[in-house]
Amino acid sequence: MNNLNWVALLTIWRKECQRFLRIWVQTLIPPAITMSLYFVIFGNLIGNRIGQMGNFSYMEFIVPGLIMMAVITNSYSNVSSSFYSAKFQRNIEELLVAPVSNWIIIAGFVGGGVARALIIGIIVTCVSMFFVDIQIHSFAMIIVTLLLTAILFATAGLINAVYANSFDDISIVPTFVLTPLTYLGGVFYSLSLLPEFWQSVSKINPVVYMVNGFRYGFLGESDINHYISLGLLVGFNIILISWAYSLINRGVGIRS
Amino acid sequence: MNALNIKGLTKTYQGGTQALRGINLEVKQGDFFALLGPNGAGKSTTIGIISSLVNKSAGEVDIFEYSLEEQPIQAKSCIGLVPQEFNFNQFEPLWQIMLNQAGYYGVPKKEAIPRAEKYLKQLDLWDKRNDAARMLSGGMKRRLMIARALMHNPRMLILDEPTAGVDIEIRRSMWSFLQELNKQGVTIILTTHYLEEAEMLCKNIAIIDKGSIVQNTSMKSLLATLNIETFILDLSKNISSLSLSGFETRLVDPHTIEVDVPKEDSLNTVFEQLSQQNIQVLSMRNKSNRLEELFVRMVESGRVTKESAVGEKINE
Repeated sequence: MNNLNWVALLTIWRKECQRFLRIWVQTLIPPAITMSLYFVIFGNLIGNRIGQMGNFSYMEFIVPGLIMMAVITNSYSNVSSSFYSAKFQRNIEELLVAPVSNWIIIAGFVGGGVARALIIGIIVTCVSMFFVDIQIHSFAMIIVTLLLTAILFATAGLINAVYANSFDDISIVPTFVLTPLTYLGGVFYSLSLLPEFWQSVSKINPVVYMVNGFRYGFLGESDINHYISLGLLVGFNIILISWAYSLINRGVGIRS
Repeated sequence: MNALNIKGLTKTYQGGTQALRGINLEVKQGDFFALLGPNGAGKSTTIGIISSLVNKSAGEVDIFEYSLEEQPIQAKSCIGLVPQEFNFNQFEPLWQIMLNQAGYYGVPKKEAIPRAEKYLKQLDLWDKRNDAARMLSGGMKRRLMIARALMHNPRMLILDEPTAGVDIEIRRSMWSFLQELNKQGVTIILTTHYLEEAEMLCKNIAIIDKGSIVQNTSMKSLLATLNIETFILDLSKNISSLSLSGFETRLVDPHTIEVDVPKEDSLNTVFEQLSQQNIQVLSMRNKSNRLEELFVRMVESGRVTKESAVGEKINE
């Protein structure tokens, strides 16, 4: 990468990080509070009645899923709101006029989303340590799954923002698509508890692979083969990043 | 060398509006160039295409001999844009806006810091450097846009109505700043609705109307085509009627007259005739700016010609 692109990438990324750090009360605290409530209510109060989930307590079982849920939601919403705001305030023009390649624009915004997702991931992990002793089966699997998922949903947030024409448009996908997929993605239950038909239906949901890949990193057990999870994550990333590049290159929603 | 070379530039928006109809334009390096036209003529579309904010439909744009299509990095690096609308992040402090802008052009932070300081000081914004941009007045925001556009030391600065809504004192300080920049070798392209601004600053001019260039020449030669100038004279005594041989006059009030002076006649003749009638001239001014008169005539005559052509077609 030449010097121009490197400086430009760092600038966009730093700007994105400064944006969510400046409003940390809105961006970093709420996920910590929400996840604490999940741990208290689902993990402690209800979880004690549910008992074991495979070889693990219910609390141990849901921790990876809850971290992943926070990562998915925050990487998506960070980029969708930031990119749409840049469109709305027209400061995206600063980047379109500058000699910045479209790859760098995408990488800068997605990088900001990934940074927020990682910080949230660390915060939620720290919160979960008050409730359960965390064990790690494969640190590499945790990091790779976390990064690929954050990149995937940050890119999806960017695509949403490119198409959005109003602030309502950037809340439709999280409300009607992302939340149902996440809740039905095996965060709170094992797929093996479902009837065979619903197990097959669940496997259409991409979030299932992310949650299970991540859970494998912590517990060493999951409903889905972790290589399949990784393979699908890489595949989805290639598709969404290519889509985002094509949109920015054609100037969809940002050039007349 | 040309700073800007446009060939056959066409833009048709979705919905069929043809904003540009194959325009050709050349701007020499070091020029202070005015691109004028009525609202909706195609000025902002032209600037939008040059600065990569609008996709062209056809044609070629070269900036300092770099093709905008084939060598976009080199071409874009030469341009500094001051757009018509405020497009910086209103929540960021000025200092951050300046450093970010430098970063987008690959200027490292240690070079960007003294540059940001220099331009914020030159444009009288240094004291506000830590304030969020939304806290600035309209005039300050305009100056911030100019300062920001200079952060990568562009060879060509494009200003789309930079003094709109700015009071006369700030406007004058901006004019002298831009003149100084131009003296240092920066090519400047200006669009404005203040025609005295264009007349005072610009060496060359293009007038665009309905997506076509209707005039492209030097400011001097354009102004030389003005056949009649109208002057307003304030007189020393009350008059009820007045006649000046060879000149058309109109009485504005008992102390003031308007005189049309053809290009080939001298104002001295007017003064001599008034003197002979024992009338002193206390003060004198142009009724309107010379460029404004020409501009209005040109655009109106263009419309008349086009409308009569349409009429003829309908009659056929």
